[in-house]
Amino acid sequence: MTFAAIDWGFILTQSVTQALDFNAVVYALAAIGLNIHFGYAGLLNFGQVGFVAMGAYGMGLSITLWELNPFLAVVVGMIFAAIFALILGLPTLRLRSDYLAIVTIAAAEIVRLIARSTVMRPITRGAEGLNEFIGPFRDLSPFEASAVYGIGPIEWRGSQFFAVVVGWALVALSLLLVAQLMRSPWGRVVKAIREDEDAARALGKNAYWYKLQALILGGVIGGLGGMVQALGNATVQPDFFVAPLTFFFWLVLILGGVGKVWAPVFGAVVYWFMITFIQNTGRQLVDEGLIPTSIMDTSQIDQIRFWIVGAALALLMVFRPQGFFGSKEEMALDAR
Amino acid sequence: MTPAEQLADIAHEPGVSKPDPILVVDEVSRAFGGLKAVDVDHLEVQRGVITALIGPNGAGKTTFFNLLTGFDQPDTGRAVFDGEVASGKSSHELARKGMVRTFQLTKALTKLPVIENMKLGATHQKGEHFFTALLSPLWNAQEREIEKRADALLERFKLDHMRDEYAGTMSGGQRKLLEMARSLMADPTLVMLDEPMAGVNPALTQSLLEHVKSLRDEGITVMFVEHDMDVVRDISDWVVVMAEGRIIAEGPPDSIGKNQQVIDAYLGSHHDSALDLDADLSGQEPA
Repeated sequence: MTFAAIDWGFILTQSVTQALDFNAVVYALAAIGLNIHFGYAGLLNFGQVGFVAMGAYGMGLSITLWELNPFLAVVVGMIFAAIFALILGLPTLRLRSDYLAIVTIAAAEIVRLIARSTVMRPITRGAEGLNEFIGPFRDLSPFEASAVYGIGPIEWRGSQFFAVVVGWALVALSLLLVAQLMRSPWGRVVKAIREDEDAARALGKNAYWYKLQALILGGVIGGLGGMVQALGNATVQPDFFVAPLTFFFWLVLILGGVGKVWAPVFGAVVYWFMITFIQNTGRQLVDEGLIPTSIMDTSQIDQIRFWIVGAALALLMVFRPQGFFGSKEEMALDAR
Repeated sequence: MTPAEQLADIAHEPGVSKPDPILVVDEVSRAFGGLKAVDVDHLEVQRGVITALIGPNGAGKTTFFNLLTGFDQPDTGRAVFDGEVASGKSSHELARKGMVRTFQLTKALTKLPVIENMKLGATHQKGEHFFTALLSPLWNAQEREIEKRADALLERFKLDHMRDEYAGTMSGGQRKLLEMARSLMADPTLVMLDEPMAGVNPALTQSLLEHVKSLRDEGITVMFVEHDMDVVRDISDWVVVMAEGRIIAEGPPDSIGKNQQVIDAYLGSHHDSALDLDADLSGQEPA
């Protein structure tokens, strides 16, 4: 019963691996999309997971149902997310921003419930999900499915390493895209709409159209996240896309700092590191008897890690409300 | 011809026609529930002059402004701006055609630097389209030209020292100046100012007045809503008076104070002496 028995090397390896794994990529892409919505355009989207689901299903169905080639499947996934954005945005973006918020929460759940419904079984395979789409992607992969790849002790199986590599490439592309757009006059209009829509309209900017563009762009990037999830897990399960996931994407974004290019990636990496670190440390502490089972057993760590992350986030909001990358100066302007 | 001369021979009556109107309003009405907020039979706004829109609280001035600028749509009637039907057009379309407005509560974009606020005002920017935005060479040259114009305007409005500050750090008066300067970035032919002097200290009021006059000197038509009679008398060439949604009087500032209907509207119909605002105006021509 000593601290010496705790395998810190293992814990750190696990944590870093998870921080760089495709799950972190999914969160990063979804949060990059949210950052465009909320951080730059001021759109309140509480249904980002719906866009993620649309991307995943669009890609999966293209293979299982329409037998398209994998590149087209990705395009179809993006189109699915874009159509979802149009359905949500066309009726609500002329109204006050709260209407979009209400609609998005409900719409994301509708996507999941339709996908898992028995009526849709012939198409989406209901609750079972799509499982037979991965073949064509595996064929594209330059990595041996069963071989081990990685840097030093951080390792992945070839089957998942493909998703990791493709995923981080997509993150890099998305960040480049966001950085370029936000330094362009397009970004200036979008940020102006966030600050005051009427002012932008009085200066000849079609606020409705810009908000729609921002909603589509952020949604499509979220959809890419869904595709990375599908590649990594080799399955598209409707119950992966539950409503609370959206709020983890928000957590990741706020952790990094709303409206900053790098924030979502930083947030996603830190989030996955923390979750894995707490879980592994907790498990070893219990195993070594350093935490008596009367207080906590290993099966409870999954819940308790979220307590700790929640407490950490609360502290962050108290001491650094602007997030890691955010600027305090900018934040203070709200109070004036 | 000076603005005063252009308007010299025009009758002082509501809905009178003018020699060169930039904006013509016909039968425009707007009701909220049972309340008819605006019910204007006919109004012409002369090009190149400063027209004041005054009236007691609740007269429908701001609603009328919103109808003219596309922020609200009239139930009936139409407005013609510069030869084109304006009603039914949205605010951003009208702004691109040259009708730019400011707001009673200033709308500085607080989390953008002052210079970005200014650059936003320029219309027809290539880089504002999604796909061209992706390629900087397509819009860099235009951006530099816009920045040059923005810097010149900031200097003219004495805001150049704030150039790189967040607009949110400005005082109320500076925000009014910024909003006016920003509207000029859009190359307007008609500027609609909703209470430009509200909440501005007297020293800054003078400088704002000079800026409004200089707009006219550049050939820009100005229409503004104002409560401060000193301001109205000082800078306007023509005054339009609204009460209960209707236009009840028109005329140069010195004639308005003597108008019985205006006195009734402001003070109630049992008052029989001329308004105070005219007491020191006798024999004086408007500027």
